[in-house]
This record gives sequence, structure tokens and C-alpha cells, in this order.
Amino acid sequence: MNPLDLLTFARGSAMNWALMICVAGIVLRLFEIFGLGRKTDLARPRAVTSGSGWRTVFMRSWPAAGMIKRDPLTYLAGYVFHIGLLIVVFCYAPHIDFIRSMTGLNWRGLPSTLVDAVAVASIIALLVLLAHRLINPVKRLLSGFGDYLAWCLTLLPLLSGYLAFHHQLFEYTLMLSLHLFSVELLLVLLPFTKLFHSFTVFLSRWYNGEMAARKGVVS
Amino acid sequence: MKSSIKSDAFPGTVGEGLSAHGVSRREFLAFCTSLTAMLALPPAMAGVMAEAISHARRQSVIWLSFQECTGCTESLTRSHAPTLENLIFDLISLDYHHTLQAASGESAEQVRIQSMKDNAGKYLLIVDGSIPMGNPGFSTIAGISNYDMLMETAKGAAAIVAVGTCAAYGGLPGASPNPTGAVSVGELIRDKPVINVPGCPPIPVVMTGVLAHFLTFGSLPELDAQGRPRAFYGETIHDRCYRRPFYDQGKFAQSFDDEAARHGWCLFKLGCKGPVTYNACATTKWNDGTSFPIQSGHGCIGCSEPNFWDAGPLYSALSMPVSATSAMLEGAAAIGAAAGVAITWYNRKTQSAEKAAHEIVTVQELIREEK
Repeated sequence: MNPLDLLTFARGSAMNWALMICVAGIVLRLFEIFGLGRKTDLARPRAVTSGSGWRTVFMRSWPAAGMIKRDPLTYLAGYVFHIGLLIVVFCYAPHIDFIRSMTGLNWRGLPSTLVDAVAVASIIALLVLLAHRLINPVKRLLSGFGDYLAWCLTLLPLLSGYLAFHHQLFEYTLMLSLHLFSVELLLVLLPFTKLFHSFTVFLSRWYNGEMAARKGVVS
Repeated sequence: MKSSIKSDAFPGTVGEGLSAHGVSRREFLAFCTSLTAMLALPPAMAGVMAEAISHARRQSVIWLSFQECTGCTESLTRSHAPTLENLIFDLISLDYHHTLQAASGESAEQVRIQSMKDNAGKYLLIVDGSIPMGNPGFSTIAGISNYDMLMETAKGAAAIVAVGTCAAYGGLPGASPNPTGAVSVGELIRDKPVINVPGCPPIPVVMTGVLAHFLTFGSLPELDAQGRPRAFYGETIHDRCYRRPFYDQGKFAQSFDDEAARHGWCLFKLGCKGPVTYNACATTKWNDGTSFPIQSGHGCIGCSEPNFWDAGPLYSALSMPVSATSAMLEGAAAIGAAAGVAITWYNRKTQSAEKAAHEIVTVQELIREEK
């Protein structure tokens, strides 16, 4: 199999299966979560809760008072990585084309060199976060296989995309194929790993905000 | 006054032929210098190449055309017409080429047989077109199947050049579902050096470059993993494309006739396969360096890559899936929803069963137990 055949497979059957597993997995997980339901809270709310869940959704995106001084590395690297990843995924023209082909949505991308710089920053942030996770005793004890798996699944597409863009390691066609395979691995495992927080993060924040408010802790 | 290369031209050599065509030594050296540069050889090799070619005897060449469209021959002959490269072609001894030769039928075949005998082990075999293995009758010349003619002619060849993507990789005839069972030259010939000069059609100067290398060194140039000369196929079209800065700036044409296209912006979104296509189009260009497909407003279709016909739609960007559709994803969502409903039903059933199995314990019962 020559590199172009491999790329055709990566763009063809492999991508089809990865996308289908990803979509089916996401829908399944959401059904499962919503389907569990919650017991009706018969207690009278201790405070007026209107809007508390929505406020929590946004407020939790900012560090709590004093926390940024206490653990600046986690916050700074976390912001750099998450914002960087969003820019790389949604502002790089070839990625926009991919999304357009599946959804019909289209928007203007950023210059490739700018996205490239952001990708480098994201990769560095991921490495820093891993090092901190291994060095910091509390983080290390909190971490399990799922955390390291999620880290690997996120790093691989970023790293392989960077290498493909710069024609490093292998020739471009092969490197692009490896990049696509790493994305496909991410797509397949996303619904079933901690990476599913990308779909549940705001949902869980809203729920926590609402529940906490009912118990008297209004955000 | 231009000095002729007549003084050092030996009878029957390329030098004599060039001199007969009125080619000056200066012109010939300039040509050899440009070939040397294209083949990525040291500049000092230009003189060596000029010397070797001018003293070389006319190279006997047998050209076989199988399942092909004659586009390769069209490209190689027409594009050379006004250039020195054409003279080099005139000055090889093209003993057999059934499109260009005047002879036909048995007499044409006799010329091929005779040339094979006279130049046994020395002639260069050029093949364009793929070889049908499904049925010998799919393509024959003078009643001889393509396979038989290739194997017979390849026996005494010094080297074989597979010209065009059909000969090099199967090309269009080999595209899925490959109704004739088309295969490339390299798949059939294992005991001889085979050099691939792919393209649909290939660039003429690549052909002359390969011939010049063969005449100078008596060997074929360095090849890549796909059997192509690295000197011409070492970089992608994208790497050398004059529209590359627009790609880097994120400026893309969205359609072939929009404002961006008129400004010459990158054609990536219109399906240009330049990033994965190794060829020299962007540097040597076509028609005496006039232009190449991207310069004329159409994306690269990747014609010098193996199986490019089956590598997805020509007008879909490389980052787009080849065959995924929204309907496919809707189907996956439906399956996910069905599985989700099933899991929810199971979870609810478990919850109900546990609730039903729950025994109510009264305070009196607990007090009794404590006693």
C-alpha cells in the first residue's frame, strides 16, 4: 500500500467508521445520562434559584478567588491548551473544510502560520500539564489511566498535525495519514473516555449550579 | 560567430547529429547546464555531460504503447518541437514507435525484432500504457498481446522507462473496478531496472533528463520509493507552488470564478492535490515553461501519484472525507439513540427491580432487633 492509498483509506472507510462510532457513541451517552433521571426534590428551595445554573456555567470558566495565585500553572497552561485547541480545530482552513463537508457550515479561517504558532503553544501547554501532573503529589494521586489516555489522545492529533504541516518525521502524505488516524482514534474513544467532558461540561455545571442554589449556595 | 561542435563530433554520434542541426556548442552547453541543475548534479558535471552526450552513439530506443491514450507521446513530441530537447530526441535512434513510425504491419514488427537483435542488451525500452492481464485480447499489436510483447522486448533491454501513470502504476485503465486487469510495467518486470516517469502526461523535460543521465553515466538516476527520479519528483507541487503564500495566509478561492480565484488565491478548497503530489510541474512547467495547471486556474489532480483516480473526488479538498455523508451520520445517530433507549430501559428496569425488592423496616422492628 503506497502512502496515497493509505491516505485514501484514512479519508475513506476509516473516517466513515470513526465518525459513525463517534456520533452513535455521543448520542448513546447523552441518552444514558438523561435517561438516568433524578428523584424529584421535595424540599422547599432555600434560595431563589432562577439563573443560578446558567451563571455557574460561565463563572466556572474563571478561576475562583485566590486560586490563580495558589496554582497559576494549572490555570495558565489549562487556558492556553483549551483555547489553543479550539483555535486549531475551528480556525484552520482545512479543518473548517472538513466541518463544512459534513454540516454545511462555513466561516473564515485564520492564517495558517498563526494557527501553527497556536498549535505549538497548545502542545507545550499539554507537556507542562503532564509534567505538573507527574510532579505534583496531589495531582499524581488523583490521576488514573483514563487521565493519561485522554492526554495521549489529545496530544497525538496536535503533534501529528504539526509534523505534517512542517513536513517532519515522514513524507507529507504518510504524515497526513497518521494525523487522520490519530484524529479517528480520538473520535472513536471520545464518547467513552474522560474526553466526553467536551459534551457534558456545561450540562454538569448547570446542574451543579441549580442544585447548589436550591441548597442555599447561590452563584 | 557561434562556434560549432562540429570539430569534435565523431561520425554516428549525437555530437555529429547536433552539428548537422546547426546547434552551437554554447547552446548545447547551456542545455546540459540546465539539465545538470534539474538533476541536482554538481555544476562541474555540465561539461562532463556535454562531452559524454556529444560523443555517445545514438541510443537505440524501442517505444511500446499499450493501454494508453497517446497523450504521453503527444506531450513528448509536441512540447519539444521548438527546443533543443527535440533535437536530442531526433538524435536518439527511435527504432520502433507505432504512432510515429511510417512503417506498419509486418515490416514495422520486423524493425523491432531487428533492432532488438542489433542492440541486444543495450537498447532502452520505453513503455507507455498499462498491460491488461484479464484477457490477452483486450489489447494487441500485430496480433501479439501486450504482455507477450513486453516480456519479449524487455529481455534484451538495458533499462526500461515506464512513461506516464498508466505504465508506471496502472493509471486510468487500472482504476477501480479495473475491468481489464491492468497492471504496471514494474509489476511484471522484476529482473531489469525500471524507472517510472509518471504523469498524465509526464513533463517532457523529465524524459530528456532521464535519457541524458543514461547517456552520461550509463545508469539511471536515483529513484524514490515509487521508482521515480528524485531530481524531478523530490518535492510536492504545493512546496513549490507560487500560490503557496496564499495558503499560508489562509486565503482560498471558494469557487473557480469568484473574486478570490481572480486574485490567484490558493485552490486547496477546490480540491487541489498539490500537497500530496510529487512532481516538477510548478518548477519546470509546461509548453516551454509557459504555465502549469494551477497557474491556469485549476487545482492539481495528483496525476503522478499511484492510484490517483481512486483517491477520492477530484474537486473535494484533501481535508474532506472521501465518502462520508450527512445521511451516514444521521443513521449513526439513530443507532446511538436506539442503543441509548435500550440502555435507559435496562437502567430503569434495574432501578424498579431494586425498588420493588426494597423492604420497609419500621422503628419497632429495629428496636426488636437491638433487644
